[in-house]
Amino acid sequence: MARITLSGLAHSYLPRPKVPQDYALKRIDHEWEDGAAYALLGPSGCGKTTLLNIISGLLRPSEGRILFGATDVTDMATAERNIAQVFQFPVVYDTMTVYENLAFPLRNRGLKGPAADARVREIARMIGMEDRLDQKARGLTADAKQKISLGRGMVREDVNAILFDEPLTVIDPHMKWELRTQLKALHRQFGHTMIYVTHDQTEALTFADKVVVMTEGEVVQIGTPAELFERPAHTFVGYFIGSPGMNLLPATVEGSRARLEGGEVALTRAYPALSGQVEIGVRPEFVRLGSEGLPVEIRRVEDVGRHKIVRAALAGRALDIVAPEGAAIPAEPRVRFEPGAVNVYADGWLVEGTPREREAA
Amino acid sequence: MTEAVAARPSVALPGLRVSRSAVVCALYILFLMLPIYWLVNMSFKTNEEILSSFTLWPAEPTLRNYAVIFTDPSWYMGYVNSIIYVVMNTVISITVALPAAYAFSRYRFLGDKHLFFWLLTNRMAPPAVFALPFFQLYSAIGLFDTHIAIALAHCLFNVPLAVWILEGFMRGVPREIDETAFIDGYSWPRFFVKIFMPLIASGIGVAAFFCFMFSWVELLLSRTLASVDAKSIAATMTRTVSASGLDWGVLAAAGVLTIIPGALVIYFVRNYIAKGFALGRV
Amino acid sequence: MSEKPVNHRAWFMVLPVVALVAFSAVLPLMTVVNYSVQDTFGNNQFFWAGTDWFEQILSDPRIHNAFLRQILFSGIVLIIQVPLGVYIALHMPKKGVWASVCLILMALPLLIPWNVVGTIWQIFGRVDIGLLGKTLASLGIDYNYTQNPIDAWVTIIVMDVWHWTSLVALLAYAGLRSIPDAYYQAAKIDQASRWAVFRYIELPKMKGVLLIAILLRFMDSFMIYTEPFVVTGGGPGNSTTLLSIDLVKMAIGQFDLGPAAAFSIVYFLIILLLSWVFYTVMTAEDAKEAKQ
Repeated sequence: MARITLSGLAHSYLPRPKVPQDYALKRIDHEWEDGAAYALLGPSGCGKTTLLNIISGLLRPSEGRILFGATDVTDMATAERNIAQVFQFPVVYDTMTVYENLAFPLRNRGLKGPAADARVREIARMIGMEDRLDQKARGLTADAKQKISLGRGMVREDVNAILFDEPLTVIDPHMKWELRTQLKALHRQFGHTMIYVTHDQTEALTFADKVVVMTEGEVVQIGTPAELFERPAHTFVGYFIGSPGMNLLPATVEGSRARLEGGEVALTRAYPALSGQVEIGVRPEFVRLGSEGLPVEIRRVEDVGRHKIVRAALAGRALDIVAPEGAAIPAEPRVRFEPGAVNVYADGWLVEGTPREREAA
Repeated sequence: MTEAVAARPSVALPGLRVSRSAVVCALYILFLMLPIYWLVNMSFKTNEEILSSFTLWPAEPTLRNYAVIFTDPSWYMGYVNSIIYVVMNTVISITVALPAAYAFSRYRFLGDKHLFFWLLTNRMAPPAVFALPFFQLYSAIGLFDTHIAIALAHCLFNVPLAVWILEGFMRGVPREIDETAFIDGYSWPRFFVKIFMPLIASGIGVAAFFCFMFSWVELLLSRTLASVDAKSIAATMTRTVSASGLDWGVLAAAGVLTIIPGALVIYFVRNYIAKGFALGRV
Repeated sequence: MSEKPVNHRAWFMVLPVVALVAFSAVLPLMTVVNYSVQDTFGNNQFFWAGTDWFEQILSDPRIHNAFLRQILFSGIVLIIQVPLGVYIALHMPKKGVWASVCLILMALPLLIPWNVVGTIWQIFGRVDIGLLGKTLASLGIDYNYTQNPIDAWVTIIVMDVWHWTSLVALLAYAGLRSIPDAYYQAAKIDQASRWAVFRYIELPKMKGVLLIAILLRFMDSFMIYTEPFVVTGGGPGNSTTLLSIDLVKMAIGQFDLGPAAAFSIVYFLIILLLSWVFYTVMTAEDAKEAKQ
């Protein structure tokens, strides 16, 4: 097991990339800590799979290096990297039995005998296939095959990392939850570095210690689920994570005040003069509906069980509000933003600002 | 190059790196091309050069052999006749095979499996078995030495093949498409021509390619069923060998000219070849 | 796959095919059957001969020999072409210009009229004017396909390999192309050897097309007539007289209609039988699994 370092890594499928759009994966510098569980989250086509394939060695990056521990593995073949990977669609060896499939990675490394046998049986138990070990893999259903793929990914104990490329796409919803729980348990038990690619935020946020959010070939934020929720580093993160996503309102920011079309908002931090497109972002969870603050127009109220989602408009711009289930909608609705929950973005990126200790206290 | 140790070393940059794959392919293609090269080489030589000296390249390139073929009707009509019956055969085979393949791919009916198998057995019938009966049959009904006779005879093996290939492609088209079209008020013939055929266009192309190919290369039946008016180029060639003896140059030129239509057809369908061979039946 | 609906009116759609194939297969076949059980003294007068012709054919050493030669020929051809075709398919470029170039050049021999294939090799192998024959002769190898039976055999086998290996290669190639990249990637991750990739991924996925390839090659090699006839004419002696060549000699050369017809029927039945055996053996494993 090892720490994985990406240094100046970038990849383009074109032979001579020029503009940034030519890159499927834009320059990234990052260290994946040994033994942590990461999720790589982003919409389809954002470069997640490209990054994963570079780590596993299926793809050679066009720029930069990749290190396992202190060893530069950029030019090493997949087999030498000793990595496990599970793909989006099930890959099983049709002519082998379930047992042979699971034992295959061990046999290729020359592992036989009772220890290997015990390992295979343990994995089979975990994926719930111990009673079908002697069956040929071909007549199985897609989910059973995917469970075998998962099992094959986890069967080796000495791997540097286990990579998952949207592995639960073809699995039934109830089985998804169960397998994800087992993956977590496995992670706690063996402490493998795990990188889990997904476009499903629930999956990412429940699985990972740290989530890497990507869009258009670029890593926009790496953080814990709480950080992604509270301080999205990019408007994309704010919008992509959370349901509904973060509200974004164009504003002009002067010092610690933001001026919107519908009025003014006080900020807990002070900002320098900002250029480019300036927006403030506030999550629907931190918008309070009441009789004071900025006037809004209610368009629709959706009851989703534990709370209500109020679709409102502030000076003509959409504003989502999460209100407690029993909350009444005032006749002349106004909103306040929770202090400290308002983030300022310039050209999409979060501006840190300086905390105003005195006033905040 | 660091590229050499990258994940996919052999096929990424065609031609630039000498990999084992390239060597294997090159050797095989060399093996395929050598005899053809020799034929082409000979077709540009005079008979004296062919017989008296051994040269890898024509010392005095001549077009005489080709001139003989293009000026003598008994030669060039051979090509015309071949192309006529090959095209007739392809059209007939595809036309009758389309509805049949549709029936096999969409419905179960009395004796369908047996019928399908019976059709395929005809692909296994040796032409030598049929040569004589065909001769008698077509003589009896006055079709001997006509293009249609050869075209019909070739249907013996091309129709089963066309049905088989088309059925494979049609099976890949979801039945919901048919049902939607019927609900939208399409009649069966209009649906078939306007919606279904475009969907299996590549299948039709592949089937036509195979019909063309097997009809074009066949000699025994086409020679048996024609004497003058519908005599194929293949038959013309064999008779010239026995009759005029050793006009090697003209024979080689005629051979080269029979390769050209095939080469053209392959060029046009090259992107479908791999797909066509898979036949959606794997 | 969902069940197909039963519709007997579908018969109308297959009717044209049935009519056409019946006309070009059943009518001639009936003529053959008719001849096979009759004898004639000429003048179109026939009388019943029962199974005489069949007995004669089945006990004729000439036909036994042709049959053995045919089995040997088809066997050798299959043993060479199938592995060679697969080997070549494994080494073909997967995409790009070179893939197209390979496909076109490899398919070329398939579209050459069979007698021209014969002519090409007849010329190519000649000791006086052929590149191959002359080269071998100048290397001091005593090669002459018109005199020496072994040389004649080698020539027609190399010719058939030249003519038809591409068919196997293209079929295998099509099978390989249908394997998703993920399988190769997974094999790399699992650290599978090249042999394991072939044995557990490529071979199983090619099985379907290989079955087609073997059947086609078996049937076509068993029916082969034109190419060896042009090259050797069945000689020297009878050493390359395969079944079709013998049959045509008998039917058209000697006009022995009765024996030729009986021969035809036996011949056809043998091909059907052997094809069925191949098919059953090769799909037996699948059937066993399906039952589980």
